[in-house]
Amino acid sequence: MVDLIKLRGVKRYYDVGGEIVRALDGVDLIINYNEYISIMGPSGSGKSTMMNMIGCLDSPTEGTYEFEGEKVHEMDDNQLASIRNRKIGFVFQTFNLLPKLTALRNVELPLIYANVPREHRLEKAKEALEKVDLLDRMHHKPNELSGGQRQRVAIARALVTNPSIILADEPTGNLDSKSGVEIMNVLDDLHDEGNTVILVTHEAYIAEHAHRTLHILDGKIEDDVRNNRPKTKIIIQEKNTST
Amino acid sequence: MMVIQKKSHFKNTLKESLRMAFQSIRDNKLRSSLTLLGIAIGVFSVIGVMTAITTMESSIQSGLNVFGANTFSFQKYPAINIGGHGSRKKYRKRKSITYDQYEQLRERINTAEYVSVKGGAWGKSIKYKDNQAKRNIALFAGDEWTARTYNTFIDEGRNITRDDVHYDRKVVVLGGDALDQLFPFEYAIGKHITIEGIDFLVVGIAERKGQSFGQSQDNYVIIPITTYLHHFAHNRTSLSITVESYSAELYDKTLDEAVGIMRTIRHVPPDEENDFEVVSNAQLLDTFGEFTGGVKMFAFVISIIALLVAGIGIMNIMLVSVSERIKEIGIRKAIGANKRDIITQFLAEAVFLSEIGGIIGVLLGVIGGNVVAILMNIPAVIPMDWVIYGLVVCSVIGIGFGIYPAWRAANLDPIESLRFE
Repeated sequence: MVDLIKLRGVKRYYDVGGEIVRALDGVDLIINYNEYISIMGPSGSGKSTMMNMIGCLDSPTEGTYEFEGEKVHEMDDNQLASIRNRKIGFVFQTFNLLPKLTALRNVELPLIYANVPREHRLEKAKEALEKVDLLDRMHHKPNELSGGQRQRVAIARALVTNPSIILADEPTGNLDSKSGVEIMNVLDDLHDEGNTVILVTHEAYIAEHAHRTLHILDGKIEDDVRNNRPKTKIIIQEKNTST
Repeated sequence: MMVIQKKSHFKNTLKESLRMAFQSIRDNKLRSSLTLLGIAIGVFSVIGVMTAITTMESSIQSGLNVFGANTFSFQKYPAINIGGHGSRKKYRKRKSITYDQYEQLRERINTAEYVSVKGGAWGKSIKYKDNQAKRNIALFAGDEWTARTYNTFIDEGRNITRDDVHYDRKVVVLGGDALDQLFPFEYAIGKHITIEGIDFLVVGIAERKGQSFGQSQDNYVIIPITTYLHHFAHNRTSLSITVESYSAELYDKTLDEAVGIMRTIRHVPPDEENDFEVVSNAQLLDTFGEFTGGVKMFAFVISIIALLVAGIGIMNIMLVSVSERIKEIGIRKAIGANKRDIITQFLAEAVFLSEIGGIIGVLLGVIGGNVVAILMNIPAVIPMDWVIYGLVVCSVIGIGFGIYPAWRAANLDPIESLRFE
């Protein structure tokens, strides 16, 4: 069986005003199906570049990246767009919903680019919204929703194409702790349902949700540790007592 | 697995793009309407001028049909002289066309339904008792066919006859304007009017033809040509001869025969060009065509400039639109929009903008052009061909000036765009 994600000697250098920045400096990594991974590291560690690389927003300067056997390092912009569309569901810190579209239209959007006929699109978008328990808010625009609800719309958008991985970049960073817990529960549930979830965070208690944590430093994987099953419920209790 | 239907992809994104375009225009009403205005003015100027010209052309065509069908005329001077003063000299040296030549032509020609002669002058004093006709009443001199050459019928009384011409009788047929001015309250037929002090008997009244280009077509009186030559002509008087063919099929044959006879009568050597003008509807239309063609060309150039300016406006607005929506572009790319999707979206917006402007311009242009036409007493028309050109040109402008902003949007780096606030 092919590995879900396989990085071999991946380097990503940027030329910033004549100075070469080694954002990724030789990364080897294999991620399997239904893993729950967190990527941690201080700012400037290459964490974001790592996420962009895994999310096929970026291509390696050197090295190989295979996604379910597809050679991402050889892809052009349009092929990258296609693989993002089909196989990756993004969840961003700032939600990144289109403000002028309703929740339903936002969730529908990836399916438009995936070329799904309109009837199927609406059906699938509603299914995804139901998963995050927002069906009753589907005709609301993002500014009519709370932060937690917006992030759940974003998760629905990430899910709607039935992607191979869900890539969440600081998904709770812009949320109050209660909404943060709510979102983490959604992500935990998605993992339990068999999805592969990759979290990028600098918060240890968020990272604890994952089963495996990659610590990035100076563009390299410094540490790759397996966690014990984190105690989600305790975190909820902690948050509840603190509020 | 996902349902993939390649065919519907473009339609999907195009439909979505049109929806987005509409939304974005609605969200930026002022900015969009100013851009629309540019396009609308450009299109308005083309459509307006073209509508006005089309109305004029159609009425020139009907107006020029004063000559009956299948007719042509010989005269000393061309009907319309565009050449200016210099060329007039050439015509002045020509021999006049005389009554004698008309009689010879009438004798010899075989393929003509009739041959008619015509002369005339303006500014003669025409009176009935104390009523003086205005000086713009033309004194036409002709024969029994003259009314017909003007597509005019006799309303009351009788036409000039062969005998009137033969015996140079002092009889006159009145046009509608002359009738109004000379006989406001009296019955005209049987009365005597004076032309330059000479008595004429009113025998007939011509049917009214109304106006063409704001000018009356009823401001004339007709007297027999022979009478005219005796009393009002001088030795330089040149007449015009009108010939009507039996049918459209025979027209060319008749024209050839008549020209041949005229050359013989006037002793034109075989290797020289005609020393007289042949005037026909077709030839007049050609001359008018040259004129309107020039105006069209001018309007076209002006419009191109106006549309170019409008196009730059579109480009400007689209560039602003792109830079305002960098984040949006980043999001769309992250969730799988490829370059073509982004280009389609922004092109659709540009084309949509310019099409709305175009439609407004077309409407205003058609209305404006027709207002001009109505003011000039010309029936209104809609120049469909120019409406279609106008809208096509708008699309071309939308695409032409929208492609660069769209291309820029499509080539934005998704990572940078997502980071953009």
